[in-house]
Amino acid sequence: MDLVGVIFKRPFSLGYLFLALILFATIPLYVQPYFVILLTTVFMYIIITVSWTIFSGPTRYISLASAAFFGVGVYTSALIGKTFPLPVVILAGSLISFILALFIGLLTLRLRGMYFIIFTFSISELMRNFLLWWETTMTGTVGRWVVMVEHVTVYYVILVILVLALLTAYLIRRSRFGLALKSIGEQEEAATHIGINATVVKTITFAISAFFMGATGAIMATKWKYIDPRIAFDPLLSFMPVLMAIFGGTGQLFGPVFGAAVLAYLEEILTTKFPYYYMLLFGSILIVVILFLPHGMVGLVQKWRKGGSKRQNANS
Amino acid sequence: MIVFTTILDVVIGGLIMGGIYALIAVGLSLQYGVGRVLNVSHGEFIMIGAFATWSLYTLLGVSPLVSLIICGPVLFVIGFLIHRTLFQYLRGQSESIGAFADSSLLASFGLLFIIQNVALLIWKADIRGYSYLNSSVSILGAIFAANRLVALLFAVVISLVFYFFLTRTRLGKGIRAAAEDPVTAQVMGVNIHRVLAICFGLGALMAGFAGPLISMIYEIQPTMGLEYTVIAIIVVVLGGLGSITGSLIGGFILGLIGSIVTYFDPGLSLVAYYIIFILLLLIRPTGILGKG
Repeated sequence: MDLVGVIFKRPFSLGYLFLALILFATIPLYVQPYFVILLTTVFMYIIITVSWTIFSGPTRYISLASAAFFGVGVYTSALIGKTFPLPVVILAGSLISFILALFIGLLTLRLRGMYFIIFTFSISELMRNFLLWWETTMTGTVGRWVVMVEHVTVYYVILVILVLALLTAYLIRRSRFGLALKSIGEQEEAATHIGINATVVKTITFAISAFFMGATGAIMATKWKYIDPRIAFDPLLSFMPVLMAIFGGTGQLFGPVFGAAVLAYLEEILTTKFPYYYMLLFGSILIVVILFLPHGMVGLVQKWRKGGSKRQNANS
Repeated sequence: MIVFTTILDVVIGGLIMGGIYALIAVGLSLQYGVGRVLNVSHGEFIMIGAFATWSLYTLLGVSPLVSLIICGPVLFVIGFLIHRTLFQYLRGQSESIGAFADSSLLASFGLLFIIQNVALLIWKADIRGYSYLNSSVSILGAIFAANRLVALLFAVVISLVFYFFLTRTRLGKGIRAAAEDPVTAQVMGVNIHRVLAICFGLGALMAGFAGPLISMIYEIQPTMGLEYTVIAIIVVVLGGLGSITGSLIGGFILGLIGSIVTYFDPGLSLVAYYIIFILLLLIRPTGILGKG
């Protein structure tokens, strides 16, 4: 009970983080390869969800462009992976995603609410359909082969990206920049009136979140070996982070991490155990979460804890 | 003369696609414009209609035009019930209408996954098709399959009937009042929950009409839904959110554009739709008939 309290109160206190880091850094030494690969997938979802939340959490602009940034990373890896060393490829993937996001961010300044959601979705689908057309008519083959990297290396790269993404999310949340983002989400006009340059703040944050998605795409491509536009720009990659972040609750940094970890693990179990019912189960979970947990799992735990302490007060 | 028949071919082909686009867009427009539910599972309702028609025709020999009359009302009831339970609950729970728009979008993603999975279990992932009324008809030298002309005729008639329903009947006026201002409409005696559920049902009804027509002229598969949803969203934005007339006109415009692009390169039609859509959002997000 006390432990639960401490973990939920200060999930990111330095000691625990350090312990977790040591654990995850040494894990490939004493577990089976299957588990390392599973963990890689789970970490991939955590990175995408955390970086999605960096922008969409405080500003409440729901972006469905995650697949676009991820796919850009994947294709960077496919195009230059053979000629450049891995770190360069990953950095290139992140930077191209970053620049693309700056561009999209500047284009979408006037759009809000539903228009922003469908615009970001269209960008991602446009890229997928254009690439499909390009690959079939111009190059003649739909897919591409990517240089394979050993699964332990992939794991460590993902772990490094994850740590960087979490650190960035934490720092942004704690800074004046994060407060500016939050005030944009609360009331954009008021934020502009108190001297926040909403345009610059939104665009830069959007690009930062794309940076990590691009990096993840670039490294995951080397794990998949074969890629095509349908895999790289899979619309599910845009929907998943939204679902995972809302499932976990976007109010705290811990929420998206928790939501992504639980759902990614669940997805893995469901796709292997019930491949024919996977979407059915997933859809049902999605609806139940939206109906009964509007503030996510972390919100539920907090509410339960609040309720508990109130009851204690009443007793004393 | 060859140029003329080619143009006629492209134009009538565009009108046929446009008629179906208009039908599905009107359905989505009602669900979003009045109920604020951006129903991304709209295409799944279309898919269900299309596959039910395919099953009825190949197994029992029921004419697709009869299926159309069955599918529409059945899907209306399903849509009505889904709104009465799921979306009404969500609406009551949401702090603001914006929050409801977000949560209902996610809930309809859930519906999309569920319906698509059920369809995959029943009909498998194969591409299906059947031939019905495919004798050719010649119009001024251009040749069309009869089923495509019948589909166009039905799409136009259904759209017109629906338009008159909205503008001339008491229920239609209630729906439009709810779209303008739900709170005032309620004060004026419109039962808002019932009207919203009817709107969602009517959206499903349109999908139930469009599905059988689509199955008559195109190949169908259980994963086809999202593409039609996306087209419907594009048409609704093209015509202006909330404007039924805009959706009807927008459907025909997009159909014609699609037909022209398909004439040059079929692989590029979706790409063209997205480019038009993105440009539209950037230049005139209120659409052709939307209020500025």
